[in-house]
Amino acid sequence: MLYDVQMTVNGQAVSGKVEARTLLAQFIREHLRLTGTHVGCDTTQCGCCVVHVDGVAMKSCTMLAVQAEGKAITTIEGLAAEDGTLHPMQQAFRDHHGLQCGFCTPGMVMMGVDIARRLPGADEKTVRHQLEGNICRCTGYQGIVEAIIDGSAKINAVRS
Amino acid sequence: MGEFAIGQPVSRFEDPRLLRGGGRYVDDMSLPHMAFGHVVRSPHPHARILKIDTRRARQAPGVIAVLTGEDWLTSGFGDLPTATGKKKRDGSPMYRPKFPAMTVDKARYVGDPVAFVVANTALEAQDAAELVEVDYDPLPAITDTAHAHEDGAPQVYDDCANNICFVYQEGDKDKTDVAIAAADRVIKRRFVISRVTAATMETRGSIGHYDKAADRYTCYTTLQRALNFREELAETLRIPESKLRIVAGDIGGSFGMKSGVFNEVGLVLLGSKVTGRPVKWVATRSESFIADAHGRDNVTEAELALDKNGKFTGLRVRTLYNAGSYTQPGSDSGASSNVGTLAGVYMTPAVHVDVTGVLTNTNPMRPFRGNGRPEAAFVIERMVDIAADEIGMDPAELRRINMIPPSAMPFQTGLSFNYDCGEFEKVLDEALAMIDYKGFEARRAEARKRGKLRGIGMSYTIEKAAAPGYEGAEVRFDRTGSITLIAGSVTQGQGHETVFKQIVADRLGIHPDEIHYLQGDTDQVFLGEGTGGSRTSALGGSAVTSATEKVVDKARKIAAHMMQVDDVEYADGVFTSRKTNRSLSMKEVAKSATNPRNVPKDLEIGLNATAAYHTTRQNFPNGCHIVEVEIDEETGVATLDKYIVVDDVGVVLNPLLLKGQIVGGIAQGVGQMMMEEIRFDPDSGQILTGSFMDYAMPHAEIFPHIDIKSMPVPTKTNLLGVKGAGEAGCVGAIPAVANALVDALTHLGVRDVAMPATPERIWRVIEDAKRGQTA
Repeated sequence: MLYDVQMTVNGQAVSGKVEARTLLAQFIREHLRLTGTHVGCDTTQCGCCVVHVDGVAMKSCTMLAVQAEGKAITTIEGLAAEDGTLHPMQQAFRDHHGLQCGFCTPGMVMMGVDIARRLPGADEKTVRHQLEGNICRCTGYQGIVEAIIDGSAKINAVRS
Repeated sequence: MGEFAIGQPVSRFEDPRLLRGGGRYVDDMSLPHMAFGHVVRSPHPHARILKIDTRRARQAPGVIAVLTGEDWLTSGFGDLPTATGKKKRDGSPMYRPKFPAMTVDKARYVGDPVAFVVANTALEAQDAAELVEVDYDPLPAITDTAHAHEDGAPQVYDDCANNICFVYQEGDKDKTDVAIAAADRVIKRRFVISRVTAATMETRGSIGHYDKAADRYTCYTTLQRALNFREELAETLRIPESKLRIVAGDIGGSFGMKSGVFNEVGLVLLGSKVTGRPVKWVATRSESFIADAHGRDNVTEAELALDKNGKFTGLRVRTLYNAGSYTQPGSDSGASSNVGTLAGVYMTPAVHVDVTGVLTNTNPMRPFRGNGRPEAAFVIERMVDIAADEIGMDPAELRRINMIPPSAMPFQTGLSFNYDCGEFEKVLDEALAMIDYKGFEARRAEARKRGKLRGIGMSYTIEKAAAPGYEGAEVRFDRTGSITLIAGSVTQGQGHETVFKQIVADRLGIHPDEIHYLQGDTDQVFLGEGTGGSRTSALGGSAVTSATEKVVDKARKIAAHMMQVDDVEYADGVFTSRKTNRSLSMKEVAKSATNPRNVPKDLEIGLNATAAYHTTRQNFPNGCHIVEVEIDEETGVATLDKYIVVDDVGVVLNPLLLKGQIVGGIAQGVGQMMMEEIRFDPDSGQILTGSFMDYAMPHAEIFPHIDIKSMPVPTKTNLLGVKGAGEAGCVGAIPAVANALVDALTHLGVRDVAMPATPERIWRVIEDAKRGQTA
């Protein structure tokens, strides 16, 4: 049996017919063809699939598409400006070499934006702890942690 | 091109695309009318297959085909390629088990493919796979490296006695035996190097597409060496290579693991041939644990002989290497190619290594970051610390008095490596200064007051990089003077695009924004072995450099012809004639070079260049890692508190990317030493660490900030003076962390901590030591 779902993704109203078991990550990747959101595990450990649901970081592999009914989703594709200018957190990842293979990166960046929102001014120790739900195999995390601290400072400087 | 010049910390050109979600990994690709495959795998480590019944699966919703090994054989395809070249102890050829894409008679590890379901959707394929009924007759299994060769151990193959696949030896046995017999002191230890998995964040995957009208196969897949991959796969399919195209998109990490031609690549092509549709297979994470090749896994006994002054006089090493259930080309190289690392940075005149590869009912093996280097470095660098402890000498001093001085270069070690350059003592001194080695005892005492056991450990490791081989590069100008740069190397995250564009911008004066980088497509790449073994900056970088030199040489002649002068000088992308004060940019020359009028008669038109760079000489990156740990005596939890590295990887092309490689390598080394392990249940042979819930991956929280300093000693073995950097971090980390952990516990009587040094293991060695049962 298929269910109708409607939600807003990166500012656009979208709808689709999904099975009850269809994960939000699958809906985003396979129905909407937004492949920037990655799936790196099947046990909710890796965080490659983090998106924002109503502004809050969420592992999209741990939520059914039908549970996202009516919600506003932001994926990695929705972060940069219209003209392609990188979001401050994306730019910070580039500046600090916070990515190598790039596979965990969308989840890391979305998590980084969430950390910046919840914990402005978070120090290195806090940022490292906050990343316990995100795995990176390439970078050893150093560039990621530096990027999140820097990106957060820039985001919060604009806000205040 | 100052800001992009070689040596500048240029941020990566690949990043904006990847950061915007524009990566194109294999699972992101979709072909029209594509179907999906799911692999039915053996749940037994060893079993006879009595019957495979696919009837129910065939009738399931959405199913297009259910294929077994019989279908593979009917298709005319052959077995997957296997390792060759080694011998057994009696001189007979190594055992070469057949490697079928889907096994027909017996399953030999948990995960061995037995059937392949193709359906309209991935979920339908997965559902139907559960309806494939396989009758197994389970057989006794052996997964344990140490006991696989013993009489009475279950036989993985009936005709392979004692499961011995091969024996590999290096060094001078007689000389070493004499040195050890005559030594003042011999230190002997046994080490178990744990089995780990690459666990790349992107799992393996493939899309197979057979174009019946053109009779040509295309495979989009995850790999490291596109042309080698095509060669091996074409042999498997028994077709000319020209009928096969391999395309790699973005690759989400590999570290050696994705370098082989695996079963599933054949299965998607068979699936496409049978169904007439493109077929995609992408591993789930849990599937990866049972279907990927693993790494490391050996049991080693080492004896280090010293004279009364602490000089090393001999090193004898015996290793049992777990070769897995099936072999592939290169899968056995972890047992042989890098045992030279055992000689270390030391003068030790006599060394002998004897490795026995044993087959077991476990996943196949592949190189994993270091491929034998970390294992060997761990053994020698632990042995040095153990020796220092036993003779009462500071471990830094014991290293120092045994180090090869620069004056002894080039230096032939007691094994196969011949070092061309290196200034080990200078690097060591810098590292000792950087961590304030002299001040450590005060830090230890301070920690003790806080109830923590603080330890310091170092390693000074050296390894081979860029083994003799070749690499290709092509500079293709288009008519407006912008460039397509095509490389034989394949990045899996290292940043080839950035470094290669830097070289081209630096040499040709073309802005990186006007260079398009292309790799991994066998219809485009003319030559190259690909990436692995820390070879790309040396071989790939030299190939790109060589191609730019060809462009400059030819462009100089064209510029002279166009300006009608004979005094052309070239700098920063501009050809200048002083006599006439005329000049032409590289771009102007490139735009003009397709017009025969502008080109001297003895030259072909156009400015495109290909380069095939080859070398017979490897290089030897080396460096010193020093770590400080603190252990909580009550819980056994170890915390890395300080970590510094001083390395010599030759000329640094991009310090930002170099640091990324070193830190990333360290993270994998720390992971192996402190938490990661693929573990099999010895009785059932079942894998116990089959998901990220069971297999401990290193997280951000376990690492301190890692400080890195480069002290380059340029090598003359390649055009750029670079040494390999991809594996160095991992190689140095494992022994440094191990030595620090042991140092923190030495006063309790602890002399070794097995890997992985989990809190439980550390707590147990502390408790055992307290009861007088020293490890």
